[in-house]
Amino acid sequence: MFHRESGYYKTTYKGDMAFYPLPVGRWSVALVGFIFLVVIPLFLDPYYLSILCLISIAVVGALGLNILLGYTGQISIGHAAFMSVGAYTAANLITKLDWPFWLAVPSGGIMAAAVGVLVGIPSLRIKGLYLAIATLAAQFIIEWVINHTPAISGGVQASIEVPRPVVFGEAMNTEIELYYFLMAFAVIAIVATMNLVRSRVGRAFIAIRDQDIAAEIIGINVFRYKLYAFAISSFYAGVAGVLYTYYLSIANYEQFLIVVSIDYLAMVIIGGLGSVLGSVFGAIFITLLPIVIRIFMDSFGAFFFDPVILAQVTAQFRLILFGALIMFFLVVEPEGLNRLWLNIRNYFRIWPFSY
Amino acid sequence: MRRLDKLLFGAGLAMAAAGAATSAGAAEIVIGLQCDRTGPTQTVGTFLCPGYHDYVSLVNSRGGIEGHTIKPIEIDHEYKVPAGVEAYALHKKEGAVLIGLYGTPHTQALTQKLTEDKIPGTSPGFGTAAAANGEKFPYIFPIAASYWSQAAAGLEYVRTQLGGDLKGKKIAYIYYDNPAGREPLPVLHKLRDELGYELKEFAVPPPGIEMSAQVLDITRRYRADFVLSHLFGRAPSVSMKEFKRAGYPLEKVLGFVWAGGEADIAAAGGFDRVEGYSAMQFAGVGSDYAVLDDIRAMYKAQGKDAPEAMASTVYYNRGVFVAAIHLKAIENAIKAKGSGDIVGEDVKNGMEQIKGFTLGGLVPPMEITGFDHEGGGWVRIFQVQGANFVPTTDWFQGYRDTVVELLKADASRQ
Repeated sequence: MFHRESGYYKTTYKGDMAFYPLPVGRWSVALVGFIFLVVIPLFLDPYYLSILCLISIAVVGALGLNILLGYTGQISIGHAAFMSVGAYTAANLITKLDWPFWLAVPSGGIMAAAVGVLVGIPSLRIKGLYLAIATLAAQFIIEWVINHTPAISGGVQASIEVPRPVVFGEAMNTEIELYYFLMAFAVIAIVATMNLVRSRVGRAFIAIRDQDIAAEIIGINVFRYKLYAFAISSFYAGVAGVLYTYYLSIANYEQFLIVVSIDYLAMVIIGGLGSVLGSVFGAIFITLLPIVIRIFMDSFGAFFFDPVILAQVTAQFRLILFGALIMFFLVVEPEGLNRLWLNIRNYFRIWPFSY
Repeated sequence: MRRLDKLLFGAGLAMAAAGAATSAGAAEIVIGLQCDRTGPTQTVGTFLCPGYHDYVSLVNSRGGIEGHTIKPIEIDHEYKVPAGVEAYALHKKEGAVLIGLYGTPHTQALTQKLTEDKIPGTSPGFGTAAAANGEKFPYIFPIAASYWSQAAAGLEYVRTQLGGDLKGKKIAYIYYDNPAGREPLPVLHKLRDELGYELKEFAVPPPGIEMSAQVLDITRRYRADFVLSHLFGRAPSVSMKEFKRAGYPLEKVLGFVWAGGEADIAAAGGFDRVEGYSAMQFAGVGSDYAVLDDIRAMYKAQGKDAPEAMASTVYYNRGVFVAAIHLKAIENAIKAKGSGDIVGEDVKNGMEQIKGFTLGGLVPPMEITGFDHEGGGWVRIFQVQGANFVPTTDWFQGYRDTVVELLKADASRQ
């Protein structure tokens, strides 16, 4: 619309590899980065920052699930359980060994990855719905193990209190500090995923998703790459679990129940399978939608309902609207919010001179 | 189009009016209330939260507290932890001086934030039992018997029912297999060593709707003298049915505080089917309380019928109970400060002065102190007799010394 796409020549390999070959892309990303890193923390109330913190954590988790489900085509209903593995690993290391965050976060991820590989082993022989059930079993087994092993869970309450992360000698106590802390991990996760999916490993994932027999014939070790996918996906989940633990200062298995796994599945499917931006959109959508609906009901509900029953109606109506909106967006664009965004972008790319 | 105009005009007017109202009543005091009206424990939230609002409206209709209107902001979190965290952030933004929490994981997730922000939060009947220690958890107020106190009181009741001595008696503890369900175990184990009863634990895996094996084990193989039942959600009604089917006398089953609501009785087949079942309560049950008459009168004065939620007296009364404790703490805070310009710390101090406030029997004779944030751990047993819950004891505490000992041991652990 306002920019020209022709006339930019790639003269180096580096230029060819760039994420954003066009200046307009680079400027947009810089603008978004400026808004999220400078404008929002400066001008928004801590309340909105707390929502963004929750979204950042969800972005990391959703990216992980998208690598597995969207790029490799392997379903997992145990994503929340992998998060809990990361959370409890880190919580134990932090409280018992005093590990700093830069060790605790990756070790939580690695432990989750190890468990993820174990759970992924059946994926060689079973596919689709059968794999879904296998991972569902993993969700319950991991829940049960954490719940009944005091050495992991730290006692009957199955919750471990964790101090706030210390970065450069400074404890991340305020909402702004936590926002930067979590946002940094979200950005790392996004960039890492963008690079991963265009690497050799990422292309192997996509080949397996599209047709695993064909992938095997062109020389991809399907079993190994499926396990890679499980490991990487669980690593992201584990990191998200550790971040969540840091954010709430507590690891508690009730924060990682099956409902949370389903929420993540919803994020990835609504956002768009097999797209990085889709994971981000999905995380934002699922986290924000209940809040937006509540604000809407608080503002306008009183016109339609008696104030005595309003609270009850609001709560129920929110669930209905939540489900209805998910269905609406999926019907409008089955390929998710990412495709919706691409359609809008492509429309405006040639606007107003469409042909 | 005209309708839309009207609607928008109306919306604008309402917003202007709302703005005017807030600026006129500058001394409004905000309380944050977390509810679960749609999640797995909605059988509680749909009755508890209306009770809370009704009591607050009653106090507001009488001119508020020392002239200050109370504004509770309710947020439904569906029993999801992230939603609870977001709700708390919103409450904090709105300047809440007190948070009514709901849910054990939410209480744990918010404990640190509440302490950092110096805003007291109440967790009546759930949350961590160790939080009753106000010196270790200064901003968490269980304000009702914790699971430890419930277990101790339950054993005290069992002792009186079994002839005054527990030595050699067989007690079965059937519980929902989650942290909240396992929480009473330290008390049960410690008292077993002191009192010499036999204890066997029977875990019911979530979601707790299948327990025929456990019940058969209790009634046929273990042949328990008494059953303590600590179940949530759908599980209590299933347990009543199963014990009934196994031919076990329901007089010998005692539910913890979340295992004895009207909805549970109804789900188990109605009052006449579970005659003799009893449960502990931390707020009065039934509709014969002056404060409930006042609420009905308030609705009548507005020309409305009393809400249906009032019929579910167990949870509705708990809502009234929580609201009453909240407002009492705020009243104490305002009196101490001499103005309505109170912050969370003032409310915390006000909370710790609550003593001898019984609201005509609906609230136990609790005394909240700087150390004891559960106010003594009082419960009362209500039994199903005829079509009603009938109190079979007065308010009582059980083995308080043991509970306090455990609280202190927990505090010195870290």
